Amino acid sequence: MFFLAPGLTLLIVLAIVPMILMLTYMFFPRGRFGGVVYEFTLENFARLNDPLYLGVIGDSFVIAGTVTLLALVIGYPTAYAIAQLPQRWKTIALLAIMLPFWTNFLIRIYAWIVLLSGPGLVNRALIGIGLIDEPLAFLYNEGTIVLGLLYGYLSLMILPIYSAVERLDPRLREASANLGATPVRTFFSVTLPLTLPSALIGAVLVFVPSFGNYVVPELLGGGKAIMLGNMIRDQFLKARDWPFGATLALVMILVTCVLLIAQAVVSRRVRNA
Amino acid sequence: MRRRNRAVYAPLWLTYLFFYTPIAVMVVMSFNSSDAPFVFEGFSLKWYGALAENENVLHGLVNTLIVAVGTTVVATVVGTMLAVGLARHTRSKVLEALGTLPAILPELMLAVGLIIFYSAVQFTLGLHSILLAHLTFGIPLVAVVVRVRLASMDMSLEEASRDLGAGAVPTFLRITLPGLMPGVAAGALLAFTFSLDEFVLAFFTAEPTEPTLPIVIYSMIRFGVTPDINALATILLAVSCTAVIAVQRMTRLTESFK
Repeated sequence: MFFLAPGLTLLIVLAIVPMILMLTYMFFPRGRFGGVVYEFTLENFARLNDPLYLGVIGDSFVIAGTVTLLALVIGYPTAYAIAQLPQRWKTIALLAIMLPFWTNFLIRIYAWIVLLSGPGLVNRALIGIGLIDEPLAFLYNEGTIVLGLLYGYLSLMILPIYSAVERLDPRLREASANLGATPVRTFFSVTLPLTLPSALIGAVLVFVPSFGNYVVPELLGGGKAIMLGNMIRDQFLKARDWPFGATLALVMILVTCVLLIAQAVVSRRVRNA
Repeated sequence: MRRRNRAVYAPLWLTYLFFYTPIAVMVVMSFNSSDAPFVFEGFSLKWYGALAENENVLHGLVNTLIVAVGTTVVATVVGTMLAVGLARHTRSKVLEALGTLPAILPELMLAVGLIIFYSAVQFTLGLHSILLAHLTFGIPLVAVVVRVRLASMDMSLEEASRDLGAGAVPTFLRITLPGLMPGVAAGALLAFTFSLDEFVLAFFTAEPTEPTLPIVIYSMIRFGVTPDINALATILLAVSCTAVIAVQRMTRLTESFK
């Protein structure tokens, strides 16, 4: 217990207790200057049933879902390619995937503003080769939000898939080839099914932070398109309606939990099959 | 073995292009002599000089360093103990989950929970409130990295020490810890890098007059882009890259994906 006590105490006080406290806040009306009035109410849940909020939640699903699909389509072949590299190159290749993830998120998002803004490099190049006359407005729409989130979290898709392809017993593929399967057939009947649970882990790892993000919609969405994260932030820091902010946060927690459980169930099924 | 088709590697190159083009453009722009943040005219270091005179940036930098060093010290000591405790002194899955859960939750959730908690216990905001917030991720982070190292260590030395009558703490200090040092150092560096770059938790738990560097950067991007952000971004990139490469050297971090 001597080793466990300080860490677990800090984590319980700083993470678990605040989460529980937040869950109780949903049942109280808001206080005038933030905080709550201690009278039981279910009004916060009733307020969720509003086309404005439901629309934003729906948009967040669509955006995070698009990001996850793109990450899968780009991440799978990338991870597969790394696993085919000669041993000495693998470390460097993986490090090059991890490096962007460990650098400042704001700065990586800002780098896209440099690239895509009106007087930015892409527009000037397009004008230079005569494709366009006026700069295009790349920034500040849902497409750039998807781009920014994909850029931010693609590494989280690649690493688990790489790990699964790497662990795959090469004899399985050899057996498939010896039995006459074409490489394409082998990929779809052997490699893909066996690496799918890890792709699912990657999908959850990408979806959860994309769904909950508010920095990318703010910086690359130009404040026009908002996501659930922006709404929660506004309830806490602008509207000072903490109980409703907590209720919106519950949506995010539920989505996170459902995804984590679904992913655990699916990977267990696949493992036992 | 059959020669592999080179087309297999095409997606990898495209991904690298996607990852590194924006970063490369930004780094080049940081050495720009033009006053426009997005147009390159000629080589100059003037934006690095401008940074040194930007009081908001310097103030943010000092605050960030205080928070990051504090987070690193506490998270390293406590996270290492947690790793050893989870690996050697309990088999409880509940405690194990408790030790990793905060790192899985979206940062925004933790941030929101923390400001409710801080206000409920009437805790004043400041650098210490950011530091505590960063511990929720820093401790599990150090614990995970240290456990990877622990798993690769020979337990028989520790068992021999205990059999010869040494207690749990002396065994830890004399036998386990020296072997663990590369993992501990790597965990410390990652915790430092995390705290240095963390924005969401800091934004919620900061006292408005004491922002950290990421909060300063956020307002610089949001309210008027000036070319000195390019220089600041380049410096921070260099710091993070150095740290991650050092971590890789100490722990062969990439091996943990096998």
